[in-house]
Amino acid sequence: MTILREDVETTYWTPVCSYTDLLPERGACALVDDHQIALFRTFDGELFAVGNRDPFSGAQVLSRGIVGTRAGEPSVASPMHKQVFSLVTGRCMDDPAMAVPTYPIRILDGTVEVGVR
Amino acid sequence: MTASEGVTVSRVVVVGHGPTSHRLVEALVDKGFDGRITVFGEEPRAAYDRVALTSYLAGRSAADLTYPLPEGVVLRLSSRVVEIDRKNRTVVTADGHAEPYDVLVLATGSSPFVPPVPGRDAEGCFVYRTIDDLDAIREASGRATTGVVIGGGLLGLEAADALRGLGLATHIVEMGGWLMPRQVDEGGGAVLRNHVEALGLSVHTEAGVKEIVAGPDGRVAGLLKPDGQTIEAQVVVFSAGIRPRDELARQAGLEVGGRGGIAVDDGMRTGDPAIYAVGECALYEGTVYGLVGPCFTMAEVAADRILGGEAVFTRADMSTKLKLLGVEVAQFGAMDGALNVTFMDPVSGVYQKLFVSDDARTLLGGICVGDATPYNTLKPFVGRDLPGAPGELLFTGGPASMDLPDDAQVCSCNNVTKGQVCAAIAGNGLTDVAGIKDCTRAGTTCGSCLPMLKQILVKAGVEVSKSLCEHFAHSRAELFDIASVRGITTFSQLIAEHGTGRGCDVCKPVVASILASLGNGHILDGEQATLQDTNDHFLANIQRNGTYSVVPRIPGGEITPDKLIVIGEVARDFGLYTKITGGQRIDLFGARVEQLPLIWRRLVDAGFESGHAYGKALRTVKSCVGSTWCRYGVQDAVGLAIDLELRYRGLRSPHKLKSAVSGCARECAEARSKDFGIIATEQGWNLYVGGNGGFTPRHADLFAADLSTAELIRTIDRFLMFYIRTADRLQRTSVWLENQGLAYVKEVILEDSLGICADLDAQMERHVATYADEWGAILEDPEKLRRFVSFVNAPGTPDPSIAFETERDQVKPVLIPLEVVRS
Ligand code: SRM
Ligand SMILES: Cc1cc2nc3c(=O)[nH]c(=O)nc-3n(C[C@H](O)[C@H](O)[C@H](O)COP(=O)(O)OP(=O)(O)OC[C@H]3O[C@@H](n4cnc5c(N)ncnc54)[C@H](O)[C@@H]3O)c2cc1C
Ligand code: SF4
Ligand code: FES
Repeated sequence: MTILREDVETTYWTPVCSYTDLLPERGACALVDDHQIALFRTFDGELFAVGNRDPFSGAQVLSRGIVGTRAGEPSVASPMHKQVFSLVTGRCMDDPAMAVPTYPIRILDGTVEVGVR
Repeated sequence: MTASEGVTVSRVVVVGHGPTSHRLVEALVDKGFDGRITVFGEEPRAAYDRVALTSYLAGRSAADLTYPLPEGVVLRLSSRVVEIDRKNRTVVTADGHAEPYDVLVLATGSSPFVPPVPGRDAEGCFVYRTIDDLDAIREASGRATTGVVIGGGLLGLEAADALRGLGLATHIVEMGGWLMPRQVDEGGGAVLRNHVEALGLSVHTEAGVKEIVAGPDGRVAGLLKPDGQTIEAQVVVFSAGIRPRDELARQAGLEVGGRGGIAVDDGMRTGDPAIYAVGECALYEGTVYGLVGPCFTMAEVAADRILGGEAVFTRADMSTKLKLLGVEVAQFGAMDGALNVTFMDPVSGVYQKLFVSDDARTLLGGICVGDATPYNTLKPFVGRDLPGAPGELLFTGGPASMDLPDDAQVCSCNNVTKGQVCAAIAGNGLTDVAGIKDCTRAGTTCGSCLPMLKQILVKAGVEVSKSLCEHFAHSRAELFDIASVRGITTFSQLIAEHGTGRGCDVCKPVVASILASLGNGHILDGEQATLQDTNDHFLANIQRNGTYSVVPRIPGGEITPDKLIVIGEVARDFGLYTKITGGQRIDLFGARVEQLPLIWRRLVDAGFESGHAYGKALRTVKSCVGSTWCRYGVQDAVGLAIDLELRYRGLRSPHKLKSAVSGCARECAEARSKDFGIIATEQGWNLYVGGNGGFTPRHADLFAADLSTAELIRTIDRFLMFYIRTADRLQRTSVWLENQGLAYVKEVILEDSLGICADLDAQMERHVATYADEWGAILEDPEKLRRFVSFVNAPGTPDPSIAFETERDQVKPVLIPLEVVRS
């Protein structure tokens, strides 16, 4: 199936928090304009940003899921009904027809920034 | 591009998106079809598992039931095809969209038959076929007290059970002489009727419908039978058979059967070589197949043919087995034969009949009501020599060593033989039923063959895998031992030394629970915080809109008026919905994460503690008033319940733990439905263990009688610790006890047969001595409190997506709209 994904342009970086605000292996949510962005810092210090909205329940909760790996790929399990999403592609690993948007994320001088259109 | 019948096929159009259509598309994609596939579905949602439709009313979501969709297919939903233009090879939809095809597949299924009785269009009349139907039935049932299902067949009974589940007094009206006339004979029907009536449903057989009576508001008020009797009802569900949806084929001039159905050959082709028909709309050799198994086979055959193959469809097995209203009913093979053998036990409501050839050697078919064991063991022998005397087979369920021939079909939904299952096990080194499902599809549809698959696995000598998940090859009990013996206190060390990868939502909470059971400080300390499920992470239960609920502990259900007032004030001040729970305490719903610490500050100051409603831990110890007030009570049930709740509060375990104490044998606290339940006797206390409410209720077994309070507590200490050490992930005491065996657990705990009781005692003492209130600790820890925000970059801002409306003077979540993201 063709999945509609939010198009992202990387022009606008928004600073959201300091790197140390993020716990390893856990998520947090940032509000950027109207967008809720789930931010994750994995055990090896890598950062990921995906949409916070769980597409199965509609609730803004993905940042509160359990972080882990599936077949080596960093992932988060929705705290609502446990569907697992890839942090890299946003694709739902339990139902390939579902996905969440992904956003560019970087650290600049210890500050985490996300790219939201 | 694909050559089929000399024509190049680059555009396949499928009409209908039900299970058959889904299977067809999947097969085309799997087999490498590289052209364009366009599917039109009239329903507003993608194909879902219709066989499991009823589970939607039991709480499964539409998303749960929806099949995964393959890549590269265009699916048009809410889009009904109204015309086939055979000359121009184009279909046209109701909203005027035209789509050209090289090959057209009709997978339009069937629709429920609604007999032409007066009043059938009144508001409150429904059919039972789609998720939308169920939504409408659920909505109407909210305003109704009584329902009638017209039709006592398989689907009618399923619908009746659903109405019963929605709280309606339910009647079933069946024209025939008994229920499920297509699957069971008169004797079986009588036994089935007893079961159904025992559940409180009213059965009317040999009863037609003269008229649906509407009230002055135009809504259904009842059903008038030909005998003049009226059944009052506000909801009527028609389930009087199905009719193939062949209207498009008729319009296009294709051949249809006398009683409906699009005529196809054994390649699923209609008279027009460019048009196929599959599934419940197709008519093959005079039969319309109303079961998914044959429909799936048709889809596979059509896909193969479209790609130039030569697959053929042959007459299919129409066996059925189901568990309806808790009663097993099954029919396989023929429903008559030269000889038959019947086993009947009216006491337990079992009726089983086998039909055999005149020399009593070949099995022709069978009927089961109340116990479908013969279906599981004997169905693969249909048309073959029986492995024993028929009477004996019925009585014993067949010898355990009975070996199925390799070509015996084990999964009729997906047409999989025993040989294929064995080959998959051997070829892929499978160790569990999930693996068989993945490799062969067997067991993925109705599930009735799962026991058989398990048997084959066991017979294949496979040791069934205990792996927790892809990260640990150990069971929970093994990890518990490893952590405890090696003194491991972090997840990182455990996975580095005994696992692979970085963990997941299965193993992390398990390890979190093990570490907590072994006493490793606050569950949100250090790395432990990263292992917790959202409920444990926020020490509250997540709700459907992303808010949380708050449950303060109310030990034994006893509470002072002052404390009640505090709860009331907190709920009022924070605008929370309040409800008395089934656990004798009060739940406050609708708190946003940033409100949780503020709410708990007030509660803790008033002397409340966490109720652990969020944890796999002790929940409640319910009590009855006991001897203090009740004229029958023989012991102080409330006092004991409070003591037990305070002793075991905060104890983390493989699953939640519940308890209750009743002051006498009248059992008002329902102790025998609990993991450990206590009933007072004149001499002391009786301890019952392994009870369960929930999904599979089980009455607790008597573990020890007439214990003193000290003996009772020591026995429970040991029981709980032994369970915590040895149970599987998310295994309640009920299942654990059945696996271990009551006698064995008694030996270990009452006779110390393993010599571990001193250890178990010490472990429980440690728990009791180190208990601290989880919420109290959080409020003293600014670092942890910082996590309780909706937004890391806007800590004071509430989540704008959360909204409430009012119902019965309290808040309730505004349901979150789910837009379709598929195109
Ligand atoms: C609030 C309450 C319903 C109510 O309004 O009365 C409730 C609510 C939930 N129950 Fe329950 N159960 C509640 C009493 C029960 C009872 C009755 C009892 O405890 O006496 C049962 C049957 C008894 C039993 O457990 O054996 C019960 C059997 C379940 C089950 C099925 C367990 C099973 O073994 O089959 C689940 C699902 C699970 O745990 O996997 C469940 C799960 C849930 C969850 C946690 C579902 C979820 O994950 O969101 C609900 C959320 C609670 C919340 O948000 O606060 N709830 N639940 C009751 C809270 C009791 C309390 O004060 O702690
Ligand atoms: C409650 C219930 C329980 C069942 N339990 C079992 C069971 O236990 N075991 C079993 O084997 N079977 C069971 N069945 C039967 C099983 O669901 C059907 O055999 C199966 O759904 C047939 O699939 P299908 O795709 O051929 O037809 P359908 O599921 O009817 O799908 C056809 C789809 O095509 C759509 N459609 C029709 N005409 C058009 C058009 N012109 N344009 C666009 N779309 C159109 C329809 O809206 C529908 O969505 C059950 C059925 C129900 C209702
Ligand atoms: S269980 Fe016995 S003591 Fe308790 S309330 Fe009921 S009748 Fe009274
Ligand atoms: S027989 Fe239905 S899934 Fe196997």
